[in-house]
Amino acid sequence: MKQSSVVDLLLLLLTIAVLATPAFSDLVLSKVERRIDVTSQFARVTKTLKVVNPGSESVSEFMLIFPKFLGNNLAYLSVKTKRPVANLSVKKADPKGIPDSISVYSVGLPKTLSKGDTLTLEVVATFTNVLQPFPEKITQGEIHLVMLQESSQYLSPYTVESQSLSIKLPNARIESYSKLENTKLQGSELKYGPYKNLSPFSYSPIVVHFESKAAFSVAEKLVREIEVSHWGNVQVTEHYNVVHRGAQLKGEFSRLDFQARPNPRGASAFRHLLARLPPRAHSIYYRDDIGNISTSEMQSDSKKTELLIEPRFPLFGGWKTFFTIGYGLPLSDFLFASEGKRFVNISFGSPMIDLVTEKLIVQVVLPEGSKDISVTTPFAVKQSREIKYSHLDIAGRPVVVLEKDNVVLDHNQHIQVYYKFSNINLLSEPLMLISGFFVLFITCIIYTRADFSISKSSPTYLAKLQWDEVLATLQEVQSIIQKCLAAHDKLEASLRDLSRTGDIQTCKAARKSTDSLLKDLSKELKPLQGFLQSSPSASHISPKVEELVVKEKELQEKLMAKHTTVVEGYEKKSSGRDIENRIASQQQKIIALRQEIEDLLEFIDEI
Amino acid sequence: MAALESPQPAATATAMRHAFGNVLSVLILVLIGVLAFSIRLFSVIKYESVIHEFDPYFNYRVTQFLSKNGIYEFWNWFDDRTWYPLGRVIGGTVYPGLTLTAGTIWWFLNSLNIPLSVETVCVFTAPVFSAFASWATYLLTQEVKGSGAGLAAAVLLAMVPSYISRSVAGSYDNEAVAIFALIFTFYLYIKTLNTGSLFYATLNALAYFYMVCSWGGYTFIINLIPMHVLLCIVTGRYSPRLYIAYAPLVVLGTLLAALVPVVGFNAVLTSEHFASFLVFIIIHVVALVYYIKGILTPKMFKVAVTLVVSIGMVVCFIVVAILVALVASSPTGGWSGRSLSLLDPTYASKYIPIIASVSEHQPPTWPSYFMDINVLAFLVPAGIIACFSPLSDSSSFVVLYIVMSVYFSGVMVRLMLVLAPAACIMSGIALSQAFDVFTGSIKYQLGRSSNSTDDAEDTNNAPKDDASAGKTDKGEEIVKERSSKKGKKKEREPADKPSVKSKAKKKALVLPLETSIVALLLLIMLGAFYVIHCVWAAAEAYSAPSIVLTSQSRDGLHVFDDFRESYAWLSHNTDVDDKVASWWDYGYQTTAMANRTVIVDNNTWNNTHIATVGTAMSSPEKAAWEIFNSLDVKYVLVVFGGLIGYPSDDINKFLWMVRIGGGVFPHIKEADYLRDGQYRINSEATPTMLNCLMYKLSYYRFVETDGKGYDRVRRTEIGKKHFKLTHFEEVFTSHHWMVRIYKLKPARNRIRGRAKKLKSKTTSAGWSSKSEKKNPWV
Repeated sequence: MKQSSVVDLLLLLLTIAVLATPAFSDLVLSKVERRIDVTSQFARVTKTLKVVNPGSESVSEFMLIFPKFLGNNLAYLSVKTKRPVANLSVKKADPKGIPDSISVYSVGLPKTLSKGDTLTLEVVATFTNVLQPFPEKITQGEIHLVMLQESSQYLSPYTVESQSLSIKLPNARIESYSKLENTKLQGSELKYGPYKNLSPFSYSPIVVHFESKAAFSVAEKLVREIEVSHWGNVQVTEHYNVVHRGAQLKGEFSRLDFQARPNPRGASAFRHLLARLPPRAHSIYYRDDIGNISTSEMQSDSKKTELLIEPRFPLFGGWKTFFTIGYGLPLSDFLFASEGKRFVNISFGSPMIDLVTEKLIVQVVLPEGSKDISVTTPFAVKQSREIKYSHLDIAGRPVVVLEKDNVVLDHNQHIQVYYKFSNINLLSEPLMLISGFFVLFITCIIYTRADFSISKSSPTYLAKLQWDEVLATLQEVQSIIQKCLAAHDKLEASLRDLSRTGDIQTCKAARKSTDSLLKDLSKELKPLQGFLQSSPSASHISPKVEELVVKEKELQEKLMAKHTTVVEGYEKKSSGRDIENRIASQQQKIIALRQEIEDLLEFIDEI
Repeated sequence: MAALESPQPAATATAMRHAFGNVLSVLILVLIGVLAFSIRLFSVIKYESVIHEFDPYFNYRVTQFLSKNGIYEFWNWFDDRTWYPLGRVIGGTVYPGLTLTAGTIWWFLNSLNIPLSVETVCVFTAPVFSAFASWATYLLTQEVKGSGAGLAAAVLLAMVPSYISRSVAGSYDNEAVAIFALIFTFYLYIKTLNTGSLFYATLNALAYFYMVCSWGGYTFIINLIPMHVLLCIVTGRYSPRLYIAYAPLVVLGTLLAALVPVVGFNAVLTSEHFASFLVFIIIHVVALVYYIKGILTPKMFKVAVTLVVSIGMVVCFIVVAILVALVASSPTGGWSGRSLSLLDPTYASKYIPIIASVSEHQPPTWPSYFMDINVLAFLVPAGIIACFSPLSDSSSFVVLYIVMSVYFSGVMVRLMLVLAPAACIMSGIALSQAFDVFTGSIKYQLGRSSNSTDDAEDTNNAPKDDASAGKTDKGEEIVKERSSKKGKKKEREPADKPSVKSKAKKKALVLPLETSIVALLLLIMLGAFYVIHCVWAAAEAYSAPSIVLTSQSRDGLHVFDDFRESYAWLSHNTDVDDKVASWWDYGYQTTAMANRTVIVDNNTWNNTHIATVGTAMSSPEKAAWEIFNSLDVKYVLVVFGGLIGYPSDDINKFLWMVRIGGGVFPHIKEADYLRDGQYRINSEATPTMLNCLMYKLSYYRFVETDGKGYDRVRRTEIGKKHFKLTHFEEVFTSHHWMVRIYKLKPARNRIRGRAKKLKSKTTSAGWSSKSEKKNPWV
């Protein structure tokens, strides 16, 4: 099928060729060298064209043409002049009278070619999907054969005086190749030509059928999210939908055969992908929908970071998988300032080597508050804008979305996103957090301090108020009792002083002052007691308080009695032992009473 | 606040002491929360932030659906990805508490523009709720025995291994939130019982509603609380507070429970709820009796009692007879299978192999008690004793709780989870009481010694002995000293609560100084053992997510990620509507991770359906192919651990497949798979065993790995080594062979003349003629 379609195409080409000629200027290509590298999954064509203008008209435009089946798969095309080195602008042209089976690209020459001038052009073109697996389905054990269709003669609207073609094949089995005149196979290099003096639109199809060991890894869709944070980090997250676009696996997949030593069967599968990340990449992760994937290895030095990732399972032809890798990059390596603007300078394509991306979406997320956004790219991409909300955003972050189909390694060039950003915006989120917590605490404080009762006359509210009052009174009672106890202590201390110094007068004075103090205190106690008795909510406490007060009174009396006895003893100059004997019984009672008072105090304390 | 303004220094000091104590306990509680959360992060640190095990995957999937489609879609969700071709009404058969909780958290965070994925929220829900659970434990124990015991119980619960096993980060299971709901419901019940406040009674009903939403274990609450009420009534502790605590709970709680679709009318119809209604009636009768007692004279009351009792007995008998007849008329007596196996531990193994086949439904062994609650097992008796001195309404409740949960945990290992909080509460009480006694007696002894020196010297020399006695110098004389020396230093003592209590105790319980110090040290050591054990359990025993396995070998850590490898393969390389058959264990994971339709899953609601898969697995290839083909199955997934020695594989579970299959399709007989009652897969295995699908799918081409076919799990060479598959083809085997996926080969074209021959062959094999019930789907 394929073969015959090529022949059809050829016939079509030749018939149209004659008609089409007038559309092009009459340049002559004095020498054409083509090298096609098919060691990977795509065909990378390098051409050196020596252009001569024999005619009288000066020419400023040069046409590159490809057959449609190649032109449709053209991923990358660049044209350079050698001396001086300059990139030339290339755009897709659609001149009239050209059949649909041909794609035309026009190259703007650096200077117009006048009569007799020569110019050397370096053309690099990368085609994806041109290595067709044949057979299309293979079993696990079979080798992976692919087919390349090309023309041994350079398809050009111009006359070609001399041309040659060399195809670099992978170092493996070559099933077959078209044998024309001047065909040579040297090792893994296949050479056609040189052919001389070919008329415009010459075409002679060749087919090379060979084994490919390259990984036919294709990302059906790749979303790269580049999030710029002015706190010092550029976070890159890449979501890959990877498929093996080689010959499909048919029949069983046997792990046994795949793992067999020494002859594993499953050469057509690929296990690894290598990502070359920028240097100083950190916090690298590799995961998918259902969690971390543990099969990855990382090596890094000062120049680069290499991440070797292994999908969860080996990918055979037609098998798909999905995964995400993410990494952080230091901001200073990628963010620069120029003319009052900042710009992010970061590579466009995927860091994976040997990966063709069918649909690449790059989203550059700029910090909240960025303005005047513009993008420069080295090649045409589809642009759009979005807003992303994340991490406490209010206005959202502007997102620059760049889309491009059919991306290969050649597209790994830097893009620049320019924007304006003031550093004050950085503080907005921390301030928001601070004020949020501040408000929270303030509300808590107000809530606990303020009285939120709706009805000020409801029984529960009144009861609560009353209870508060009771508690306050209790506190006062407690403090008064404590004072009484302190006074008692003073009394005891005065007794001790007495035993040491024998100064009866000071001791008496101390008793007098304590006595009056205690009287005052008991006067103070009266109204409090009365309040507690009258208050209904204190009904279960007031008896205890009563008891406390009574006990305290008793203690007072006992102490006074003891004091009097001791002082009298001293006055009568009776012996210390005698006095002790006399107060012994009183002392016991005092201690017991004191204990009871303390217990009662404790009880009240616990309320 | 009033106290702060009061001029008296002593009063200010007391208030300060209280405020300081409150701040301190809040701080401790916050730290306990942090501890409870962070001890559960071992799984994330050692493995990764991923959902664990089986059931959590289902919950995760439901949460994803909820967050994507909203609550109304969720209630009406009919899931066609599972139980093919029956499907499952998820909204009506799932306890929605957990998913709604996580969904709400996710929604809240996302509305604040905090971009957390549903998975992250799900992974961390359980640790967050275990912090809540330990706070709830604090509240409950504080209601029972004061805040000292509360703090001790909270810190014990924060790291009890039994609870950790169900609530590590990633273990996104109902129990994670249910234990919190359980404890909190109990707390509110006790709070209502202590305060008699209708406000708390209403909150209690709401907490009960949340519990019903979360877990089937709510029946434990609705049986335990009535039992406690009954206990209170019987022991003469009836009070209006009890009525307020119970009656609103039954009425509101039952109404709310009936709102949960999965419970619905079960809340009034099944026997699990019967006890609550019975007690509801009893409490009203008792309340009436108390009321009448209040208005009648004692003599009149006696007459009334004799009258009412004689009539009441007759009525009661009639009612009971009717009830018994009603209950007996239903086949299981109105009890669900799981509940029945709780009441009669042998029930499941006799009648429902599917319940018995789950390892967590087995009775636990003694080591598992030690593993799961460790030293708490020894502290619990002490806690029970402490609860009896004095016995209050609330302490009788926790005693009842521990008794019941000990029984239930003895029946089903899974219910160890219910025991754990009870054990923590009891141990917390025991520890705090013990500390009270010991520190109290130390203080007393020290205080007495310092006192005696005080008497000899001048009282004002106190600063010196303050320094010498150090921290524990807080004896009997504290109040006296405070008044005399303003006592400012004393107020710094953090352990103020025990000091107050210790004085009450010390009269009765004063131990010698040395004994108390030694006992204190021993208690601290016991606590240290517990902490070490818990950290070990959290780090080593319970953190493995079980979908990722690791092994430590000489050249470092080796990861076995076979499950996810094959689920990822299924999800990316098969058609989205393909049906995958596997044993029910892997159903939830297949739907959640691979997004493929499964025949049976871990919900196990349809025994016949599971039996069909079991039958297919235990049938020879051809019969199995027919069953699977009639179920529209494209792929068959088996788990095989023979190559690397993973013990919980399908061959080890195979006898359950035979039993469950045989329970519905009698042509599968367990005896055919056993040689002399022994389960074997080596050369002594029966031919039925060697020809069944499970054997073939597990060991297909296994012999070629090492030439002998040595199975590392069964530690034997396999019986049948070289065989070919005719109706299945291998499509994927994971890296370590743990998961093997086979595809059903398409039916062969019928060739005239050959069809007849084929037919005669199958009949001669005697398979299709054996039983008409062989395949329900043909």
